[in-house]
Amino acid sequence: MSGDGTTTKVYALHGAVIAVLVALNFVLPEYHHGVLARVLVLAVFAMGYNLLFGYVGLLSLGHAMFFSAGLYGAGLPLYHLGWGVVPAFAGGIGAGFTVSLFIGLLALRTSGVAFMIVTMMFAQVFYLTTLYFGEWTRGDEGLVLQQHTRRIALGSETLDLTNPATRYLMAVALFAATLFATLAIVRSRHGRVLVAIRENEERTKMLGYDTFANKLAAVVTSGVICAAAGAAYALLFGYVGSTFASVQYSILPLLWVLLGGAATTLGPLLGTLFMYYVVDITSGYTSAYMLVVGAMLILLVLWFRKGVLGTVRERWLRWLP
Amino acid sequence: MTALLTTKGLSRHFGGLRAVDNVDFSLEPGEIRAVIGPNGAGKTTFVSLVCGRYAPSSGRIVFDGEDITDMPAHLRVRRGIAYTFQITSVFANLSAYENVALPVQRTLTDGRSRRAVRQSAMEALERVGLASRAHEQAGALAYGHQRLLEVAMGLALKPRLLILDEPTQGLSDSEIENFIALVREIASDATVLLIEHNMQVVMELARRITVFDAGKILAEGSPAEIRANTAVQEAYLGTVQEAGA
Ligand SMILES: Nc1ncnc2c1ncn2[C@@H]1O[C@H](COP(=O)(O)OP(=O)(O)OP(=O)(O)O)[C@@H](O)[C@H]1O
Ligand SMILES: [Mg+2]
Repeated sequence: MSGDGTTTKVYALHGAVIAVLVALNFVLPEYHHGVLARVLVLAVFAMGYNLLFGYVGLLSLGHAMFFSAGLYGAGLPLYHLGWGVVPAFAGGIGAGFTVSLFIGLLALRTSGVAFMIVTMMFAQVFYLTTLYFGEWTRGDEGLVLQQHTRRIALGSETLDLTNPATRYLMAVALFAATLFATLAIVRSRHGRVLVAIRENEERTKMLGYDTFANKLAAVVTSGVICAAAGAAYALLFGYVGSTFASVQYSILPLLWVLLGGAATTLGPLLGTLFMYYVVDITSGYTSAYMLVVGAMLILLVLWFRKGVLGTVRERWLRWLP
Repeated sequence: MTALLTTKGLSRHFGGLRAVDNVDFSLEPGEIRAVIGPNGAGKTTFVSLVCGRYAPSSGRIVFDGEDITDMPAHLRVRRGIAYTFQITSVFANLSAYENVALPVQRTLTDGRSRRAVRQSAMEALERVGLASRAHEQAGALAYGHQRLLEVAMGLALKPRLLILDEPTQGLSDSEIENFIALVREIASDATVLLIEHNMQVVMELARRITVFDAGKILAEGSPAEIRANTAVQEAYLGTVQEAGA
């Protein structure tokens, strides 16, 4: 339960985060400007993952499939069929919706470890499919979307997604939209039911809630958000490759979310940002950067079991959503 | 008067164990019915079949004239069957208020209005005497208070049939007194099916008593009839000190 004071604080905080991100567009040096644009898109991926893992308590190991459904759903028609940016983005979302609905209907018959395994198997099938149709996807090597195809005509103006500032602001826009959508969902009736399912599914059922339908809705919302991230990645960075469908990209969002704080709205951004820079910096010094990541995760489990923001919420700011 | 709930030949087997064995049962609207019986008699299993937590091995269940045997649990709850768990099953990490707000937001036609939810939730907490603890974490409440919270969650569903599975376990004597008054009040607009080991509570509240033993109904009748029944005494009452007290 939250009074009106809390609501104001929550929206002020989230608004401030977006304002800072917009301001950074004008001050960041070129390299970090590019990195942050990428991090923001990946943070959207993490937020989609967090909705299911953090709020509903469903641990999926197959979310690379949703991200790459968006990636290919947008990238393939743009590359092969000459679709424009906007229909291609819609195509990515449509692909994510279809895939997540299908996966949800099947995988939600299981729970716990079985759910992890089923989602991972489906994602593996999806990954192998992208390799199998190498003629169109060029597998690991991937497709590079030409600069001139990544423009949106707005009357007499054109929005060039390859322009760094445009690209960055589009990433911020997608991030902001997802952030406020997540915030609205977790504060809604549906959101409270999702948390109830996480806490005690059987009890939730006995309060008259259709837990399957609620979980299915969450899988699809999560899948669509991740697909939006994938589609945006293809369109903003111009690369579509099957690495993004591999198991590594199913595990990464889990790590980002654990690091930043599961079931917090801003945790995914924090986790993604932190991990991206840690890998970026350490890989400059040593090829064993995964060792550093591993050590970091051990520290996390020992001292920040609930992730950075989860711990902050527990100790200091109880009102954080 | 037509029955609110009837079961015909209802059975549930766990492997070779007949936890509920061919039970024909009927409940009138508005009554307070106690279900008693020794540990492992099948009482919890029986009501779990009624509320849809378990699927029956055979038999039929009819609620308010409608066959609900194959209906999923959440739809039965929407028809008006509420179950409070024997093994306390509150949302331990949520506040007492949030525990009750969950059933409230579903039952209210305007469950989106924060004010309406708040009012009904606080009302349910008040009825069980937990209003002052609304903001405490449910898992941190005393065991007896968690039992009462269970009851409040059931009440918040505004049920037509409220099934209480050993609700007085862990309550103090004074809390039991209040609880008896509460059940009487609930019974003014709902039917109550009460599984209870505390014979004082049973004798004070029940109009009729059903005795389970080894998955079957051993006897059924008024409190006086049950007290006088020798088979019941052998199976159960003899072993309970408070019997007839
Ligand atoms: N899910 C289950 N799986 C296997 N056996 C079960 C299950 N649930 C109950 N049983 C068995 O069924 C029998 C009836 O159990 P039930 O819980 O219905 O008894 P009860 O009358 O409620 O007892 P108590 O007074 O101790 O609560 C017991 O022998 C129990 O061990
Ligand atoms: Mg029992």
